[in-house]
Amino acid sequence: MSEAVQSATATPLLLVEDLSVSFRTDRGTVRAVDSVNLHVDAGETLAIVGESGSGKSVTAMSLMRLVGDNGTVDSKRVLFDGIDLGALSEAQMRKVRGNRIAMIFQEPMSSLNPVLTIGKQVAEPMVLHQGLSWREARRRAVTLLQRVSIPDPEDRLDSYPHHFSGGMRQRVMIAMALACDPKLIIADEPTTALDVTVQAQILALLKDLTRETGAAQILITHDLGVVARYADRVAVMYGGRVVETAPAHELYANPQHPYTQGLMASVPSLDGDPGKRLQTIPGQPPDLANLPPGCAFAPRCPYARDECRQAPPPLEPIAPQHLRACYGYE
Amino acid sequence: MSDAATEMPHADPADETLMQVDDLKVHFPVTEGLLNRQVGSIKAVDGVSFSLRRGETFSLVGESGCGKSTTALAALRMQPVTAGRILFEGVDITHYSQAQMRPIRRRMQMVYQDPFGSLNPRMRVRDIIGEPLVVHGLAGDKVKYKARVRELMALVGLLPDMADRYPHEFSGGQRQRIGIARSLALDPSLLICDEPVSALDVSIQAQVVNLMMDLQEQLGLTYLFIAHDLSVVRHISNRVAVMYLGRIVEIADRDPLFDTPRHPYTEALLAAVPVANPVIEASRPQQIVTGEVPSVRNPPSGCHFHPRCPKVMPECKTETPALRPRDDGRLIACHLYD
Repeated sequence: MSEAVQSATATPLLLVEDLSVSFRTDRGTVRAVDSVNLHVDAGETLAIVGESGSGKSVTAMSLMRLVGDNGTVDSKRVLFDGIDLGALSEAQMRKVRGNRIAMIFQEPMSSLNPVLTIGKQVAEPMVLHQGLSWREARRRAVTLLQRVSIPDPEDRLDSYPHHFSGGMRQRVMIAMALACDPKLIIADEPTTALDVTVQAQILALLKDLTRETGAAQILITHDLGVVARYADRVAVMYGGRVVETAPAHELYANPQHPYTQGLMASVPSLDGDPGKRLQTIPGQPPDLANLPPGCAFAPRCPYARDECRQAPPPLEPIAPQHLRACYGYE
Repeated sequence: MSDAATEMPHADPADETLMQVDDLKVHFPVTEGLLNRQVGSIKAVDGVSFSLRRGETFSLVGESGCGKSTTALAALRMQPVTAGRILFEGVDITHYSQAQMRPIRRRMQMVYQDPFGSLNPRMRVRDIIGEPLVVHGLAGDKVKYKARVRELMALVGLLPDMADRYPHEFSGGQRQRIGIARSLALDPSLLICDEPVSALDVSIQAQVVNLMMDLQEQLGLTYLFIAHDLSVVRHISNRVAVMYLGRIVEIADRDPLFDTPRHPYTEALLAAVPVANPVIEASRPQQIVTGEVPSVRNPPSGCHFHPRCPKVMPECKTETPALRPRDDGRLIACHLYD
């Protein structure tokens, strides 16, 4: 992995080495994330893409150590802004969560507390993490709601989440995330529950805000269009591992992992040739409780050979900033 | 609209038109108080007209609350119709009783979005697929029944040997194949597909989209396709109707609609969808329509889109634009072109 680290311009804001997450289930231990290596530079948007069960969300949650009682996170190190998050106690971790690393979830309805006013929820992180008085925090909440384009923010402070539409709730979530000037924002499918015109507004807002504040963003999504529009770099996950990572332009122009290639080809595009048969990836996504010993994509891969079925290929650089986990193909 | 509608021939069984929907309205009463006094109505579908040509894929697109699913359900007579007229294969079925609808239902079937929720978990796949045959008294003897189910499974790319299994043993994509096989059991001419691929992973979506296109060619099916994913819609459709808050704002052939959208809402909707290509994305005008879809409970006056429309004019606030045929053959409801 050291090459990948060196290829980054400076010390990355977040450096993840050998992150693994497993869950105890009644079907045995499921390894949802397996030896993931990632980095995020200050100010950039890294998209993590993958299909259901690829481990993209679990990777993000595990950075914040939010994996539930049946989950175990293991890592060589998770270096965030000079601190090893893996070495922090739960109490220390609480000071990072929602403060220096903020999270935005998919479901704006269930992520907001229905019995607390919007003002209270936006002000709370500033009282908790920055020691502001409620009065001062409320004042700042107005500014934050303004920044996420909520009309008449003073009047909306005493409203409850159910008074807001889906898009407005997601704006509130973003205001909460911004409350403590986080250095990293993790957005997990932030617009999947929203209508497409509202999705465009929210993603543009997130992009503008990260540009303004210099915060970095990890955007977790399954939508390759969203990635193309908003991401600087992309990590593609499959079966709990990162199989390819590259700058967005490079990845779309020159996908090097057979899974990435298959994924790109199977999406009908607004500029593609309609009516034509779509290329498909044969077979089914892998069952995490029952992964093959080798490359998880091997059973569906047109190029798979014996080697691929024995041990998972390591993620290795094939060009500057472009890494791939594949033994290669003709 | 009424002119265009009456001009269309519809009594001829050899007609090109499979289904015609005229000025369809579906209103839900809003009641209040102990006595359930009606205080208003939600106009979920408010004067929608379109026709389906035999063998085509006609898509209804729009954001949540636009009435696309309600329109489709009403066209199937699975939703009470408040006003309007529905012709299917030349016959006016608007006021048919449930008994009269039974033979018609064989000809029009539904494919649902959720392959997890729409299959009975306690039934074997054979009986899920064969149930419509039993319900309509067409199952025949056991041998015939089993053979028909095997045939249907093969048709949708499932191994017929898996007929004795239960839905949970299948993946999402396979389950959607089961749903499609079931909908084909009665040999329908029309399939209403409500978001048939949106619950599936990208790599599986492509398999199901291909299957649907193959089946259409093989069986001469007509699809009424409901979806919010515009790239899938563009891929599969011949014609597209764009809906906004209970009304159709534009109907056009696929290419003109996607290449040069003319209704400002169609334009906004297309601009909002990111293309999976960073080079194209970087060169596209990033014009994002402001605001959100208002509630159907209380839609804006005049043209429902006027509060968000970048080209709004005074009359848009007061007068509802009619869906009219324009010089290029498409139908648009917008004062810009009146």
